[in-house]
Amino acid sequence: MRLGRVVGTVVSTRKDPKLVGLKLLVVGTLSPELVADGGYEVAVDTVQAGFGDLVIMCTGSSARMTERTKDAPVDATIVGVVDTVNLD
Amino acid sequence: MNVGRVAGNLVSTVKDPGLEGHRILLVRPLNGREKPFWALDAVGAGAGEVVLYCRQREASYAFHPDFVPCDACVVGIVDELDEVLP
Amino acid sequence: MKLARVVGTVVATQKFPKYEGLKFLQVQPLDLEKQPRGLPFTAIDMVDAGEGDDVLVCLEGQSAVDAVGLGENPVDAVIMGVVDAVQFVPPRRDNPWTRG
Repeated sequence: MRLGRVVGTVVSTRKDPKLVGLKLLVVGTLSPELVADGGYEVAVDTVQAGFGDLVIMCTGSSARMTERTKDAPVDATIVGVVDTVNLD
Repeated sequence: MNVGRVAGNLVSTVKDPGLEGHRILLVRPLNGREKPFWALDAVGAGAGEVVLYCRQREASYAFHPDFVPCDACVVGIVDELDEVLP
Repeated sequence: MKLARVVGTVVATQKFPKYEGLKFLQVQPLDLEKQPRGLPFTAIDMVDAGEGDDVLVCLEGQSAVDAVGLGENPVDAVIMGVVDAVQFVPPRRDNPWTRG
């Protein structure tokens, strides 16, 4: 799983029917030290994350393992809003 | 699967119901080639411990039959490793 | 999912039988500024995208297979949507995306 910061949204009208109703957010990916690594993911939001939130994402086929994204063709899902990060 | 060291954790209140009650740990792979990643804890590993981890979708099978969105999982605490640790 | 731009079409007469009737497009992955980033690849189009369109590409095997919906099929990249707009806050050099 990866950490990211919600930096934007994607709007798409013509899309796969199974994506209808899902919120697509642009998430800038972060290293564990919370430094941007320059990458991004367009991820489905299942936890009502907002702009600027620090979030944790699940990528790959596990992205489909939430109730909202079950059987939906997605490869990245926001599964949590992060409160604190502790690094040793 | 491979071995790594637990290097941190994070706290999240608003999360998918499937993640409820699970700890999320930062794992630094010992091979030095893979980047650190966040993983769900299935065995109760703690800070600094050397652990066995599993990545990709199969990681979520650690919580079977629960429906857990997880693409990396700590599945063991390593007692001994016949390899020089960095 | 990643953003990409349709840069061409791929036509193959002799192909895997289950690919019959599918449309293949060559796409160039984009960064958030819509600048090319990385190498182009081929994706199956499920939303009738056209050349020059910005699209959302799903790069996960099982999701791609399900989106095509023809059962077991060797597919790893599918165009899932045509992008109308991307809104985002560009990273600042001093503080790249680390704070909202």
